[in-house]
Amino acid sequence: MVVELIPATKNALALLLLAMADDEFVLGYSDSEWTGIAPILEEDVAISSLAQDELGHAQALYRLLAELVADGRDADNFAYDRPPEGYYHARLLDHPRGDWANTIVRRFLYDTADAVRLEALVGSSYAPLAELVGKMRREERYHVMHVTTWFERLATAEGEPRRRLLEALERMGPDAGTVLSPLPTELALEMAGISEAPLPELERRWRASLSLLFERLRLPALPPTRDPEQARTAHSDAFRWLHDEFTSVRRLDPGATW
Amino acid sequence: MIDAGTVDEAAVRLALAEVADPEIPVVSVTDLGMIERVEVRPEEIRVELLPTFVGCPAVDMIKAAVAERLSAFGRPVFVDTTFRVPWTSERITASGRAKLRASGFAPPTADSAVRCPYCGSGNVALDNLFGPTQCRSLRYCRACRQPFEQFKTV
Repeated sequence: MVVELIPATKNALALLLLAMADDEFVLGYSDSEWTGIAPILEEDVAISSLAQDELGHAQALYRLLAELVADGRDADNFAYDRPPEGYYHARLLDHPRGDWANTIVRRFLYDTADAVRLEALVGSSYAPLAELVGKMRREERYHVMHVTTWFERLATAEGEPRRRLLEALERMGPDAGTVLSPLPTELALEMAGISEAPLPELERRWRASLSLLFERLRLPALPPTRDPEQARTAHSDAFRWLHDEFTSVRRLDPGATW
Repeated sequence: MIDAGTVDEAAVRLALAEVADPEIPVVSVTDLGMIERVEVRPEEIRVELLPTFVGCPAVDMIKAAVAERLSAFGRPVFVDTTFRVPWTSERITASGRAKLRASGFAPPTADSAVRCPYCGSGNVALDNLFGPTQCRSLRYCRACRQPFEQFKTV
């Protein structure tokens, strides 16, 4: 399907697709580091399946991006052939895998924010995105259920699990909102009806949706986002390490296919 | 040999019913409700598939298997996928559900309606929402003490 978009809308849409694809890609790769070493066997299967879902979502989003920009790059070029500074994922996902509590908190914060973002895109004026999001939400629903169960389990446990969860929240809290921090092209997205609501409004909805749960679990409220204008740039050493890992096969044999 | 002159949608759909799912080979792509559209033209055959999951790694294998099976009709075959219509587990046919049960898979249902495919008991537990592939969950039957898999409800 060829959709005629004015350049400003096209650029804004490309940036949104890149942000979403990189989010799913980096989280998927990061969580896949647990394959084989997760705390229990069932969770090894679950986190590997979650990671596989995210990489699939990233691939589908990179394909939409490749079709939109139509400059000869394919999904794999976007996924693997950029330097670390070229990635546009939220700073929340720059945090390393860490311990199990860290992984659960990072995923909980991401999945709940992503759910709000996806909900706002279901009726997107850009049909290919609306269609993909409709399908992705059916899978992400399971992710939110699963990670919320873990989040509550750690928060309601006595002693070490709760202490580790609190430490992870303290570490990542200031970066939690970066998934929904405004994009520089925000206005063009809104005007073209790509998203049902602007990102600051989505961030408000997301924070409101968490407040009851945080109260019930006696957890401190999330702090405001630190440096929101750098929410998706200036990546961490932990990400540079991960980038080196996930591009290693590609660099070993550029252009190889399965 | 197939007479190329009598190729019609029904013949193509019949052939598609022979293409097995690579991950659960007891069911075909037709049983799973993955076929959204079949177009038979004098110069080509076009098939539109619905992936069960966005990142299903079997999609390319399924596309190749469909193209291979339909190549018998002697005209170019084009197989595409789309998300325009989301695949949902409701698309699995009644015979597909029966075949799943017969091979130890519970078909997708509401949580309260899950039955053990071995003994039929409803006294089952959810072991893991996630299973060996993206589309499967792990369950356990407390009545016959048999672990089994369920096709995820999406």
